[in-house]
Amino acid sequence: MTTAAIKKTSHSWRVADIVVAALIAVAGGVIFWAWSQGANLISTPVNAVYPPLTGLYAGGWMIPAVLGMLIIRKPGAALFCEGVAATGELLMGSQYGTTVLISGVLQGLGAELVFAAFAYKKFNLPTSLLAGAGAGLFCGLNDSFAPWGWNIAYAAGDKLAYIVFCAISGAVIAGALSWIAARGLARTGVLSSFASRKAATEPVFS
Amino acid sequence: MRDALTLAGNRAVLTRANPLAKFAAVFLITLVLALSIDWMSASVALACELLVFPLAGLTFSLLWQRGWPLILAAAVGGWSTSILSPDSGRILLDVGIWSVSEGSLQLGLGFLLRGLAIALPAVLLMSCTDPTDLADALAQKARLPHRFVLGTLAALRLVGLMAEEWQTIGMARRARGVGSRGNPWQRMRATLGQSFGLLVQAIRRATRLAVTMEARGFGGASRTWARVSTFSVLDVWVVLGGVLIAAGAVAAALWAGTWNMVWLEGT
Amino acid sequence: MPGQDDAGVRPAAVTARGWGWRHAGRTKPAVHALDLDIRPGERVMLLGPSGAGKSTLLHALAGVLGDNDADDAGTPDRDDADESGELFIDGAPPRSRRGRAGLMQQDPETQVVLSRLGDDVAFGAENLSVPREEIWRRVHEALDDVGLSHLPLTHPTSALSGGQKQRLALAGILAMRPGLILLDEPTANLDPDGVLEVRDAVGRCLDKTGATLVVVEHRVAAWKDLVDRIVVLQPGSASDGAVLIDGTPDEVLEQARGMLIAAGVWVPGYVPETRRRSATGAPPSSGHSTGQLLLAAEKLSVSRERPRRRGFRPVPPEPVLRDVTAQVRAGEALTVTGPNGAGKSTFALTLAGLLPPVDGRVSATVELSGGAGIDPYKWRAEQLIARIGTVFQEPEHQFVTGRVLDELQFGPRHLGHGEERVDELLERLRLTHLVDANPYTLSGGEKRRLSVATVLAAHPQVLVLDEPTFGQDANTWAELASFLSELLDAGTAVVSVTHDEEFTQVLGGTELRLGSGLGNNAPGPAEPTPEQAAT
Repeated sequence: MTTAAIKKTSHSWRVADIVVAALIAVAGGVIFWAWSQGANLISTPVNAVYPPLTGLYAGGWMIPAVLGMLIIRKPGAALFCEGVAATGELLMGSQYGTTVLISGVLQGLGAELVFAAFAYKKFNLPTSLLAGAGAGLFCGLNDSFAPWGWNIAYAAGDKLAYIVFCAISGAVIAGALSWIAARGLARTGVLSSFASRKAATEPVFS
Repeated sequence: MRDALTLAGNRAVLTRANPLAKFAAVFLITLVLALSIDWMSASVALACELLVFPLAGLTFSLLWQRGWPLILAAAVGGWSTSILSPDSGRILLDVGIWSVSEGSLQLGLGFLLRGLAIALPAVLLMSCTDPTDLADALAQKARLPHRFVLGTLAALRLVGLMAEEWQTIGMARRARGVGSRGNPWQRMRATLGQSFGLLVQAIRRATRLAVTMEARGFGGASRTWARVSTFSVLDVWVVLGGVLIAAGAVAAALWAGTWNMVWLEGT
Repeated sequence: MPGQDDAGVRPAAVTARGWGWRHAGRTKPAVHALDLDIRPGERVMLLGPSGAGKSTLLHALAGVLGDNDADDAGTPDRDDADESGELFIDGAPPRSRRGRAGLMQQDPETQVVLSRLGDDVAFGAENLSVPREEIWRRVHEALDDVGLSHLPLTHPTSALSGGQKQRLALAGILAMRPGLILLDEPTANLDPDGVLEVRDAVGRCLDKTGATLVVVEHRVAAWKDLVDRIVVLQPGSASDGAVLIDGTPDEVLEQARGMLIAAGVWVPGYVPETRRRSATGAPPSSGHSTGQLLLAAEKLSVSRERPRRRGFRPVPPEPVLRDVTAQVRAGEALTVTGPNGAGKSTFALTLAGLLPPVDGRVSATVELSGGAGIDPYKWRAEQLIARIGTVFQEPEHQFVTGRVLDELQFGPRHLGHGEERVDELLERLRLTHLVDANPYTLSGGEKRRLSVATVLAAHPQVLVLDEPTFGQDANTWAELASFLSELLDAGTAVVSVTHDEEFTQVLGGTELRLGSGLGNNAPGPAEPTPEQAAT
């Protein structure tokens, strides 16, 4: 492990960065669309029992934000990927209507702020978990307090529960899974022309 | 999946409107509906939206095919609001953590209708908007950076391909002994592996696509546009229509006395 | 409409002086000390073993190389990409000459940028800031040149065949009016008809514009008559220069024939030596007598689509192929052939228990099922792989672990037996030196060999292969054909979907020819009649 790997500070986006980021978001949409087919079976009864528990699988929506940033490593990657993912969802028909764009941008922002706080220099496991939690937090806040939020009419305690579940889900599903995926991808060699090409050999915590 | 993103054969009048105008109209309706949870504004907007559907080339059978998951989702949203919103009025149902009162049921019903009235215009918007036209409008009229807009458009074209590849990878993995059937844990693990396979292919494809685009001179600061994104009189009508539906919904709710601002609710 | 703007195509000249390139993260250069001069209007074919840096050179000429992520970063990293010497188009670096060169790559899906035919052709010209009226003039002309002018400008690009997509890419390149056309294995992913279609379109366009051509292609025969010079490159690790031999096609193919054959190049008139099937039908070692019926398809209709939901009602999909009857027997080969879109792969996947039949049925005999039931689609995954092994066209789709050895042991471990065969397969398919590598990082031929080995590690009695020889070099081809002929002699049934006539001949057995016309949804129940040749 050389220290040079984390010194990459080139902040301009190349064409390859843009297209790969967009396609990660699009592929994320396809994966989640496929997953939700099965998840509907679980989510409907969960929703009928205690709706805030649905926050626990909200993290799936935020994978593009964290994964995109872990691979591209350019400012704005989390925001861009999540925005594109939301656009893709809108194109496929979203139950949230055009407000899905706002949720997408806010979730992306939650992750983006965490990476920005580390000056876009840390892409390790703790940062990923925090970024996922950040995206989840913003998702929970948006759903609970924005006028278009689905949980706007919930009682305060239920809102709080939902937000906490969202943040946990964001950290575990979007944060941890994305980090594992990025390392796996780096091992396959497909990231050889990206800033993250050495992700597999970088230390986990520093 | 592939058909979902093309407008093949759709000659309806709204396909000729500028995507930005359509988006503005839909967004305005969405915002106004979001401000209040009441059955009146939602049903008025919903009724108007259904009237506009033929203009977008949509038929009701097509709407049912595409829209039933949205209806299901709206119903679930209405249910969860009914049991979780603070109770008011007579209690109709009280089982453990579930309680439904007259007030919360009304809120839940309003929520269901509102959910539909917000989701449907997006279906309408997308069924009469070609992604290429949308990208042209975003880059030429809204002045978003063209590298990002066109890069995303090129990636979106691969959605159908990705969906097919997802299915192929699923079969290919079954042929290796990875079952996609079984208990939820096994299924989840299988899905994760399949997702990883898809991501590898997505990144390979995207990298090659980026090379193709760069080799065709893409990435420079300026470019010309073979297709011009324009505004026309039709777009004025589209925006005006959006304003009318939004205003009609608010007026009806105020007249009926059901207008119910979200932030005032429950306090 | 040939007009005044044809004069606008000025053939480009290429000069390399001691040029070299090392990719980021690699220790060895991809190209080392290249000296090369290509005159304007020359048509050059690049040959050489894999790893000789042919694609790297094309990418560099296209101006898409060197956009390294650390280019404008502060600290130089010894791991970053590294360029040496000079490479010029018309005396200037390629990156400063965007639009002078146009590049076509191998995978047709990624050669298309936009979703409507006309828009895609216009894309390059737009990027070069060509005025709008001029763009559309060029679009029409380019589509005419590549023979796609019969399609409307709004035609969806996803509905094109592989050959049509490559011709569309050529049109997009022509609309930029480049002086240099670069083709990186443009026909490796196409069926034989597609190869000729693209080759002829390229020939016509070169005759018309006089542009310089540099093409990399393993199948020399199809392209030999189009070029007037062949340059053979050698891997960048070599201490002397990058160019091994340089001359007219006939000279080079004669001088370097042995070396090219050793490197796996498909030299014209050369059919690789393969093992012959033992004519007598030697006693099979697997315990099944040759000719034993294992699997049968009866009046099978197939589709990749699942039943659609219209509201709450499931509607069965429209089959791509109807009423096919076929039999799979131990120790015998069944080759499925036919034009693109005839549903060959879909049929094979249904036969292999991976897709449910739309109509008709697939049934396994007791000899194959061993009590697992008649319908392979209903078998559990572990039951399936021990009986029917399927090798997909894209090896990467089947990788399930991060290490070659784990990949091979995956099947046996799941079944709880058979790990002893792993070493034998490693040895036989020359993968022993790669046991610790990540499967995704292997070369194309290695991936193909690995995917066959992983499926065989579970001891299936029926092996189904989808286009196993697609895009493979002559060496891998010969190894695969020989290996399969051995398996057949040992009593395994081999079903392969292929366009490759020589491969079909080596395996022998029965040929099942599907679908006559190009139309997919052939209507009428009796339309695609399978020719069940007498055995």
